[in-house]
Amino acid sequence: MTQLRHPGKSRDCFHYRLAKQRQIPAFVGMTIILLALCSPVAAQQSLPPAPYAYKQLEDPRQEAEAQTLMETLRCLKCQSQSIADSDAPMAGDMRHQVRSRIAAGEEPEAIRAWLVARYGDYVSYAPAVSETTWPLFAIPVLLLLGAIAVIWRRVGRRS
Amino acid sequence: MRFWWWIPLALFALFLGVAAYQLTQPKDEFVPSTMVGQPLPDFDLRAAHPDRPGLTTADFRDGRPRLLNIWASWCLPCIAEAPHLETLRREGVDIVGIAIRDRPEDVARFLATHGNPYSRIGADDLSEVQLGIGSSGVPETFVIDGQGIIRHQHIGDVRAEHVAVLLEKLQEAAE
Repeated sequence: MTQLRHPGKSRDCFHYRLAKQRQIPAFVGMTIILLALCSPVAAQQSLPPAPYAYKQLEDPRQEAEAQTLMETLRCLKCQSQSIADSDAPMAGDMRHQVRSRIAAGEEPEAIRAWLVARYGDYVSYAPAVSETTWPLFAIPVLLLLGAIAVIWRRVGRRS
Repeated sequence: MRFWWWIPLALFALFLGVAAYQLTQPKDEFVPSTMVGQPLPDFDLRAAHPDRPGLTTADFRDGRPRLLNIWASWCLPCIAEAPHLETLRREGVDIVGIAIRDRPEDVARFLATHGNPYSRIGADDLSEVQLGIGSSGVPETFVIDGQGIIRHQHIGDVRAEHVAVLLEKLQEAAE
């Protein structure tokens, strides 16, 4: 039942990959079949998208701020995409949240913190040093130091 | 000295083994809410169905624990969980619903077909409350205590075996 939980998922992700790979003719038949299988999605889409899901902010500087933030927030339905990339209705609602909060004068990092407080680090693509992630930052530094030590010894031995 | 030469290969084999093992493990796509233990955000939702009132945060602060079910008429697993929500209602549990991105006529059709276990149904057209409580899909069911604090999150459809768990969590929330 897991895959049934988000009826929008397969279709939204599938669409996006197609556009990216530009292999449209080969998959047109498959798309039609998938669309036919996903009829409940049509009902989901019948409610108009949130006002700021697809509409940019008036102020170009604010829109740029929103765009930068949206590219580093994970779509919770299409989990390998950012909310800027995804056509899932929930991603549209998240873009609406981001844009309307930025328009209200909220700082982008405050909006990220608001989402992280609800979904954990998982919702953010911007890596943060924390109790569980510190080895990711520490190991490359240790490897680099080790490599320098080995080279140092070898060069030192030859001269 | 020769022995040490095998270490890089052994490390490589170890990484390969870990990667191969992880590939065989089923992917966990659930994103748990980090709002468990936190109060509900402030909201005031219009009624999603003419027969039931809408939903506000104040409705949760009457001292009685209840279930908050996040669902939608377009959601297939919501059909599967409908009979189990009905079982919970018959056990005396108060269930309130939030319909995500839904139209009144679709809600009415769903409830007429699959039953209506809800005492109140709010309409969340922009998924604002859903985002506010850290829910990442439909259906999800939250146990809310009598002070409006989120006590437990159940992700996915409620099945027969989850009924007892939810009753227990409600009992804990009442204490």
